Amino acid sequence: MATHLDDPRVIEFDVRTDEMLVNMGPQHPSTHGVLRLVLRTDGEVVSECTPHIGYLHRCAEKIGENLTPRQFIPYTDRMDYLAGMNMNLGWAMTVEKLLKHQLSDKARHLRVIIVEMNRIASHLVGMGAYGLDLGTFSPFLYAFREREKILDLFELACGARLTYSYLTVGGATHDLPSGWLKQCAEFLDQLEPVIAECHTLLTTNAIFIKRTAGLGILTPEMAIDYGCTGPVLRGSGVDHDLRRDGEDRYTAMYDGYAFEVIVERDGHYPRDHDYPAVPREAVLGDCWHRFYVRMLEVMQAIDMVRQAIDRYSTAKGDYGIPVKLAEKLPKGEAYLETEAPRGQMGFYIVSDGTSIPWRVRARSSSFCNLSVTHELCRGCLIADVPAIVGSLDVVMGEIDR
Amino acid sequence: MSGQAFLDRLKKRFGDLITGANLEAIDPWIEVAPQAIAEVGRYLRDEPDLRFNLLNCITAVDYFEPDPKKAAKASFTPHLELVYHLWSIPNKSSLVLKAMLPRWQNDEPGQLPEIPSVTSVWSTADWHEREVYDLSGVRFIGHPILRRILCPEDWVGHPLRKDYEMPLEYQGIRGR
Repeated sequence: MATHLDDPRVIEFDVRTDEMLVNMGPQHPSTHGVLRLVLRTDGEVVSECTPHIGYLHRCAEKIGENLTPRQFIPYTDRMDYLAGMNMNLGWAMTVEKLLKHQLSDKARHLRVIIVEMNRIASHLVGMGAYGLDLGTFSPFLYAFREREKILDLFELACGARLTYSYLTVGGATHDLPSGWLKQCAEFLDQLEPVIAECHTLLTTNAIFIKRTAGLGILTPEMAIDYGCTGPVLRGSGVDHDLRRDGEDRYTAMYDGYAFEVIVERDGHYPRDHDYPAVPREAVLGDCWHRFYVRMLEVMQAIDMVRQAIDRYSTAKGDYGIPVKLAEKLPKGEAYLETEAPRGQMGFYIVSDGTSIPWRVRARSSSFCNLSVTHELCRGCLIADVPAIVGSLDVVMGEIDR
Repeated sequence: MSGQAFLDRLKKRFGDLITGANLEAIDPWIEVAPQAIAEVGRYLRDEPDLRFNLLNCITAVDYFEPDPKKAAKASFTPHLELVYHLWSIPNKSSLVLKAMLPRWQNDEPGQLPEIPSVTSVWSTADWHEREVYDLSGVRFIGHPILRRILCPEDWVGHPLRKDYEMPLEYQGIRGR
């Protein structure tokens, strides 16, 4: 059959593509760290995406078997380096569970302030970096500017900006400095309009919606099956948040706080009357929903810190005196999961009665969240891969430990 | 459901395959015979009133004391323990399953102990089992692709074993 160049079928006849293996990473800005993705592509379409991890593996669990629990605290900072406080808390509470240690009210509220502030900082990075993945730069700068202010506050409280080691077994290393609470409240007041600005720049942006809505759909069943937790699970519409549903020891920390789990119920999110509604193109469980859950969680965390500041300033007791550096551990084992910004962070400790644990295990949320990538990336375009991986908000330090 | 009633129900259903329990521990646990782990997992996941649909993590604990002086005083006989932490989202409850394995299959050093994979029950077990295989040296029967996940493919040994020794050299890089 003779064909002419102006025949639209010519391209189909002449240009054939072959499958090709494409390496993305481990040194690629959109992979959020040293993550290597091997893509099997046919033209622009990705038929298979295999994540390879382990480039940042330091065997933190083995280190934990050679140090006392308080000496291990700095190593937990280096797991999820964007939310060091939450990691400190997870490990400290696991050891406290083993020691059957009870905290004073004041220490409890102090922890809520610090941990929720770190959640805001972490989500700001997640949000800004996600914008960057999709090619928008300004929200990234705005998010980092606000995060710097949180880091300033943390620096005042504990002297460090990234690896805090502030919350330790038995409480915190020291009390908040005077005037800190006032500065913190002022910061929260000026943060709210910035978040509203980010909503106009990202959430309601037509290009942003085009790039994220209906992409990488994670069904609730698949999310649970793959052990996804945190905003990834709630973005799929599963009503599960350990701050409300977790173990008594953990939920007791949030006892008396007014908050609602950020999850879609009948097409609506809690508090979304103040913020843009879900666009028509969005499908539950897609990248847009995961992003939106994070944005609303920032607002919720602001609320919780405000409540905690009030309670902390009136609470009696001490700020939580840390246990002795080499305190003997009782024989036994304990496992506790806490709700870190990226999902549930679980620590497991086995003790044989000495001051050094026999076995330490860290179950990280990003590890499980990332394991679903190959399902989400099947059949998408190459340009969508950074959008999908970015929406999972992974931190490689936590995956490789 | 109380711990005892729960244990009785599992015993009624699986008989001798439920080999022990400790309901007084901080996290009460139930011991399962290794060959039945996938079956018990499937039952726990699918039973309408149990619904343990979230597998939090799989951990291997190596009970072995390399120092002969301390080993004489140790309270355990050398073995590997696999710990499965389950969570039920609808019921908001947790459960711990344990399976005891020998350190080496048939007591031949170098032969990895074996246990059925639970990837068919919870997909998240895929990466967790690869990690346990990589770091603690347990072979999971029926796992789709059991290969190292954190260490390089040509790494020798399993770092979380208590008798593991850091290699002197890896690909020309000094180890110790």
